[in-house]
Amino acid sequence: MTSSTETAAGMEDVAGPVLSPAQSACLRLLAGMMIPASADYGVPGADDAVIFADMATTIGRDREALSRTLDSVEEAAGGRLADLERTDRAALVDRLRARDPGAFAVVEAVVSRAYYRDDRVLKSLGVEARPPFPKGYAVGQGDWSLLDPVRARGPIYRDAG
Amino acid sequence: MNDPVDVLIIGSGASGAAVAWSLADTRMRILCLEQGDWPDSARYPSTGRDFETRQFEDYAISPNRRGLAADYPVNDDDTPIKIANFNGVGGGTVLYAGHFPRLHPSDFRVRSLDGVAEDWPIDYRTLEPFYALNDRMMGVASLAGDPAYPPKDSVVPPLPIGRTGELMGGAMNTLGWHWWPSDSAITSREYEGRAPCINLGHCGHGCAQGAKASTDITYWQEALRNRVELRTRCRVSRIETNDDRMATGAWYFDANGEEVFQPAEIVVMACNGIGTPRILLNSASERFPDGLANSSGQVGRNLMFHPYALARGRFDEPLEGFRGSRVFMWSMEFYETDPARGFLRGYCYQFTRGYGPVVTAVNGMADGVVPWGEGHHDAYRKLFDRQAGLVSICEDLPEEINRVTLDPRLKDGNGIPAPKITYRLGENTLKMLDHSLARGIDVLKAAGARDIVTRSPLPYAGWHLLGTARMGTDPKRSVVNEWGRAHDVRNLFVVDGSVFVTSGGVNPTSTIQAIALYVADQIKARLHDLFD
Repeated sequence: MTSSTETAAGMEDVAGPVLSPAQSACLRLLAGMMIPASADYGVPGADDAVIFADMATTIGRDREALSRTLDSVEEAAGGRLADLERTDRAALVDRLRARDPGAFAVVEAVVSRAYYRDDRVLKSLGVEARPPFPKGYAVGQGDWSLLDPVRARGPIYRDAG
Repeated sequence: MNDPVDVLIIGSGASGAAVAWSLADTRMRILCLEQGDWPDSARYPSTGRDFETRQFEDYAISPNRRGLAADYPVNDDDTPIKIANFNGVGGGTVLYAGHFPRLHPSDFRVRSLDGVAEDWPIDYRTLEPFYALNDRMMGVASLAGDPAYPPKDSVVPPLPIGRTGELMGGAMNTLGWHWWPSDSAITSREYEGRAPCINLGHCGHGCAQGAKASTDITYWQEALRNRVELRTRCRVSRIETNDDRMATGAWYFDANGEEVFQPAEIVVMACNGIGTPRILLNSASERFPDGLANSSGQVGRNLMFHPYALARGRFDEPLEGFRGSRVFMWSMEFYETDPARGFLRGYCYQFTRGYGPVVTAVNGMADGVVPWGEGHHDAYRKLFDRQAGLVSICEDLPEEINRVTLDPRLKDGNGIPAPKITYRLGENTLKMLDHSLARGIDVLKAAGARDIVTRSPLPYAGWHLLGTARMGTDPKRSVVNEWGRAHDVRNLFVVDGSVFVTSGGVNPTSTIQAIALYVADQIKARLHDLFD
């Protein structure tokens, strides 16, 4: 799954730098705050090293918007989000999310796209770790007799020619 | 200059493919210019583990997000509903969900029946044989006997309604509502060389199985065998005319960016309700100073979208989730006008299954039902594979202020002005959206849904691009006549959604293609005096 690397220079994918080191560190913090590890479900957090490395490949066309949001978070934190105490960090992020949910929707999309395709996470959800094609899936026909009352009601359209 | 052709079709999507196929039996020399390329089904999102990520990249529904060489930018800042399309062979059918209702008989008579907008110059019966032909060409899955329509044949059996359909159908039975398995342009069994649906669940981003009827694998395969030429990566900028006020052909940019003139005896516009007015307006000349075929001033006006409202809830039992066709069931309970509702005309419901793991999370957080941090996993697991819902597809009445113009600054990669959309929701539509949400919540509650979330109007749902070169008998009030020929230019035809007089309250592709087949039939029947 992973075609990206996290380097000292920041987050990169095969096409080159995606995020600066500061942006990368901020995104990893936010990812861990958004989706923490769970012992109950046996899943890593979204700041897990493998998942985070994969995240570079999920940024795609969101890079500009994501960078803007990460920069604004760092600025609101007075420099580095990582330098804030845990409770202050959570309070700040809650405030920023409430103020601009659209900007944080991009962060949520980038993080979710990497997290919810990780083999460990999918296994915990009972989802086969495979693409839909070519095997496809089974879907039951459903109970067609449920249509009987609809038929019994008769035509409902206006016959306008 | 290229060799002249008899018929030049611009655009290879739903309508361009149908008209090309139909005209092929005339043995005329037919050429279609397509700005995009052939889709490669091996690259469709459902072929990869990253299938949900790829939905938002090269197969995103927004041309502005995709920004590929085939795409032209659209200035949709001044509309609450953003444009969705696909540029390539097959056009929008590559990414549509395949929901395939016909318009209803009353849709063609809205002025006579309900006193709004204008009647169409054709009626349901005129289009009926072309609907049926198109159903066969596309391999439409359906169940005969829907009480919301005049009788019509089924081509292949309907797609499964699954447990989701049972829940929703049962709920509607308790409410006494109409519902029916949807007509779907997705074949449920092997049909004309196409493999049956295997429930990939990603119809809206290209069907790797080939079960969904995109026109690159339906009409085009037959049209090419019948010697129609399809030239890809050729973007038309404008139509040329002569002193007789006839079209002489089109200028286009080829794959190398060279501007080339293609002479033609007949020009057919099939570029959708935004692409067609864009080219007509960009074809302004001394002879046609307000744009080609625009003496009425109606080119680009009366843009209709079908505003959507969405309601979705979670259930206590596992459902199909992301597995299965995106379209499987509709309700026409509120389709016909009832003045007691406070608005005229109506809407249909299209029922929806759940989402994949990623989109469940993204939507769950956006809707506030899946939190960050503590509680994320518990809330997510209550949602995943247990969601279902509906969207309402509301009739959008034509209003001249809703329009496509040429952006004075924004241009595509070839320097052609981009379309600018100006659109607002009308009062009637707003009331209809509210009504559809309230009744949608009723059915979800009756089905046992919890944590119901709603969105209205859906912003990224500007799929249905209609009305911007409308059909009519009065040259002062319409752009094309009752058989698709421009009033002002006797060898120029429009066959896409631009010609819709009103939108109806259903997905339009079935009707767009039926109209394209009907216009092609009219051309063939009138060949001896086509330009009179």
